[in-house]
Amino acid sequence: MHVADGEISRAYLRYTGRKIAFLCAGCVVLFLLLVTAVSVGAVTIPFLDVILIFSGQGDTVTWHAIVWNIRLPQALAAVIAGAGLAVAGVVMQSILRNPLGSPFTLGISNAAAFGAALAVIVFGAGEMTSTLTDAVVINNPYLTSCAAFLCCMVATAVILAIAHLRTASPEVMVLAGVALSSLFSAGTMFLQYFADDTQLAAVVFWTFGDVGRAGWTEIWIMGIFVAASCIYFILNAWNYNAVDVGDEAAKGLGVNVSRLRLVGMVVASLVSAMTVAFLGIIGFVGLVCPHMVRRLIGDDHRYLIPGSCLAGAILLLAADTAARLVVAPNLLPVAVLTAFIGAPMFIYLLFRGYRR
Amino acid sequence: MILSVDGLAFDYRSTPALSDVRFALGRNEVLSILGPNGVGKTTLLKCINTILTPKNGAILIDGREVLALNRVEIAREIGYVPQRCETGRLTVFDAILLGRRPHIRWNISENDLKVVDAAIRRLNLEALSLRYIDEISGGELQKVSVARAFVQEPRLLLLDEPTSSLDLKNQLDILRIVREAVREQPVSAVMTMHDLNLALRYSDGFIFLKEGTIFAAGGSEVVTPAMLREVYGVHVIVERHKGIPVVIPLEEGSG
Repeated sequence: MHVADGEISRAYLRYTGRKIAFLCAGCVVLFLLLVTAVSVGAVTIPFLDVILIFSGQGDTVTWHAIVWNIRLPQALAAVIAGAGLAVAGVVMQSILRNPLGSPFTLGISNAAAFGAALAVIVFGAGEMTSTLTDAVVINNPYLTSCAAFLCCMVATAVILAIAHLRTASPEVMVLAGVALSSLFSAGTMFLQYFADDTQLAAVVFWTFGDVGRAGWTEIWIMGIFVAASCIYFILNAWNYNAVDVGDEAAKGLGVNVSRLRLVGMVVASLVSAMTVAFLGIIGFVGLVCPHMVRRLIGDDHRYLIPGSCLAGAILLLAADTAARLVVAPNLLPVAVLTAFIGAPMFIYLLFRGYRR
Repeated sequence: MILSVDGLAFDYRSTPALSDVRFALGRNEVLSILGPNGVGKTTLLKCINTILTPKNGAILIDGREVLALNRVEIAREIGYVPQRCETGRLTVFDAILLGRRPHIRWNISENDLKVVDAAIRRLNLEALSLRYIDEISGGELQKVSVARAFVQEPRLLLLDEPTSSLDLKNQLDILRIVREAVREQPVSAVMTMHDLNLALRYSDGFIFLKEGTIFAAGGSEVVTPAMLREVYGVHVIVERHKGIPVVIPLEEGSG
């Protein structure tokens, strides 16, 4: 190409500028929502005091405890899990070329739950305690998340094998996900049958994802994994764009498509496994958020991946805050609320006829 | 020689698809690979940029063995326009910018944006540059694919049936643009074609494949009724119109 007769397109810069503005707006919304989530509840803490406590200048001891020990961990868990599930969803949708892909619809979340149940019941990694705030205690988060991850890998291998068959349509993949979900749910039930009361309670609790059960240790582990995988995905954004225009075109552009697919699925499964192992199954966040962002800023993964992270964090944090308020003083597991939002959206996607 | 292929062979599982294919392509030349359906034209193209790995043979681009290069190095040398391109909510500009991927290290540079802009002008896609590629016509999408291969700034372009599923005007547009680029830039092109007359009009050299190997190769002088009868099993006459051969098929039994 003659570079001499090309110039930098102002229209294009304006266009990308709008996307960056969208992402910045998302960050602001997320921060405001985080402050709101921490401030509302049984005891209302004024906005300004929340910000003061964040910056380490809060003086009221009671509020300090509420913020650092209860509300902030829960809010951060929602932010991290939401971002992780959404980014796993957007990457799965891209590399499987399937708009219905997400950790939940492909059965990977249920596989992780089975793995976690296996760790709790067979290896005794967790137990039910009687405290109301923190009903399930994971004695050994590493064992639980490893078991969850290994089971995820089994489900991922099946999904990748099906994706490898050229004829696999989105519907076939989702049906395979239904089959995997049923299989792993049955496995979980089988384990429950042999569990004692406290273990049973712990496992049942798992099937309703709740961000309130994470402590600072879990938040650190999840946070590091989610951040690392987000960085990996963002560095590969161009490759996901290339896969979007077809495998052969992508190979012609120098993308190692099969390795991209394999590593992408493994990393996305790892993130899903981590959230399920610590928080339980939270469905539909990974499906809904990428589609909302796609409608707003398009499929360009340079912006879609960070956008989906933000949308996932915002959605899960908002849903969790709402879940805390709706049935106050009782607490509703956030997974119930995300299913109420996500299931209709899933049906809408099926009916509208997705693109691609 | 920009490209030389020697003793190339490829098997699909155990069925031989190509055997002992050898040819060479000079600078600023357009080569058409012709032959009936299923003869291995597309397979040959995909072997050249190692989307398919040849069973044996050597492929040299500018004297370097392609099989020894990694994917990104190949992508800097060879641009590939597949027969069909998937769509999505990606703008025309971004879809073309994708062609810079083999050159991008961390982020796009001003130069990348300039090259894309030049390609958009060359293919007259200015009005569409911020439209999504799932909203444009098949002909426009094919132009986007060609533009993407252009901005890769390769030394060799591979085009897999660039005119299939296009109307007459778009067929002529695409081939004219490719030939102009080959004349003006340090680039050569290999394309598979079905339409003999379009190939004759826009190519410098021809390769006719039969049963997975080269049956005839050379300039337009090799295009004779006897050769075409052997390759396609069709009776034709070859007329000359303004110096360019024109192939006219005859009805069964009337030859």
